[in-house]
Amino acid sequence: MSTENQSHDRLIIAGKEYGSRLLVGTGKYKDMDETARAIGASGAEIVTIAVRRTNLGQNPGEPNILDVLSPERYTILPNTAGCYDAETAVRTCRLARELLDGHNLVKLEVLGDEKTLFPDVMATLKAAEELVKDGFDVMVYTNDDPIVARELEAIGCIAVMPLAAPIGSGLGIRNPLNILTIVENAKVPVLVDAGVGTASDAAEAMELGCDGVLMNTAIAAAKDPVLMASAMRKGIEAGREAFLAGRMPAKRFASASSPIEGLFF
Amino acid sequence: MQITLNGEPREVAEGTRMAELVETLSLTGQRFAVEVNAELVPRSRFAEHQLSPNDKVEIIQAVGGG
Repeated sequence: MSTENQSHDRLIIAGKEYGSRLLVGTGKYKDMDETARAIGASGAEIVTIAVRRTNLGQNPGEPNILDVLSPERYTILPNTAGCYDAETAVRTCRLARELLDGHNLVKLEVLGDEKTLFPDVMATLKAAEELVKDGFDVMVYTNDDPIVARELEAIGCIAVMPLAAPIGSGLGIRNPLNILTIVENAKVPVLVDAGVGTASDAAEAMELGCDGVLMNTAIAAAKDPVLMASAMRKGIEAGREAFLAGRMPAKRFASASSPIEGLFF
Repeated sequence: MQITLNGEPREVAEGTRMAELVETLSLTGQRFAVEVNAELVPRSRFAEHQLSPNDKVEIIQAVGGG
């Protein structure tokens, strides 16, 4: 693929084009300054935020995340992290839409269990249905289950986001063949959400044909988050280009790279 | 009358409107959203929305998260 074509290789989410296929979370950083520097280094254009009770003067002068990551510069993707039922997830999305002046894009996650943070798939399907009916553009966190991914797409979710491994685990892609099946079946963007640990994990997701990767802890919990953010950016780009280039078939035995013909000994 | 504001009991005057509560809390001009008894109250209705005793008011903002 030529360099010229690469600039046309865009991720399209809810009708908007993005040059970066890395989406990042904004939690677990040391402070707002580190958050801003790491996200700057990641090159991400879509950033996810959580919705929580507001500061009613307990922490005066505390900067707001939206002052640091302005909605004019970034596409803000509010998430429903911490929701364990469909009803609270839907409420959270409605509050987020109001907070962001009618912005409809949300990341739906309905969790099933505190130990694994695996999604409650039944509740996720229910919430997704309600949100789509209510006019939201739903990017949905789900299991690496192709059947559930297909259902979420059929409901009208605009992106399906299977986990690579449990949230915050950094275990990498535990079930690459399922991710591949999800990618092959889907007509909407598929993004790996959660579980990557390092740049090669991000590259692997992209090599499988994913449209993007969403991560938080892999960057924020690195010893040097800003450097890791830059590594992730490159891992995503390398993986995407390798996918587009089409890798050679793997073979069991060797195949010499230098010609046999013309040997003089 | 008493309401519950972000999980804490709070005394407000009878008939307080949402716009007045927001002003009392010095939140005017900040980015937040409000629900009362699990129903969203849009900004456009703050001036008219009257609080009732025992209302559960949640005022939320964006925070860092993944």
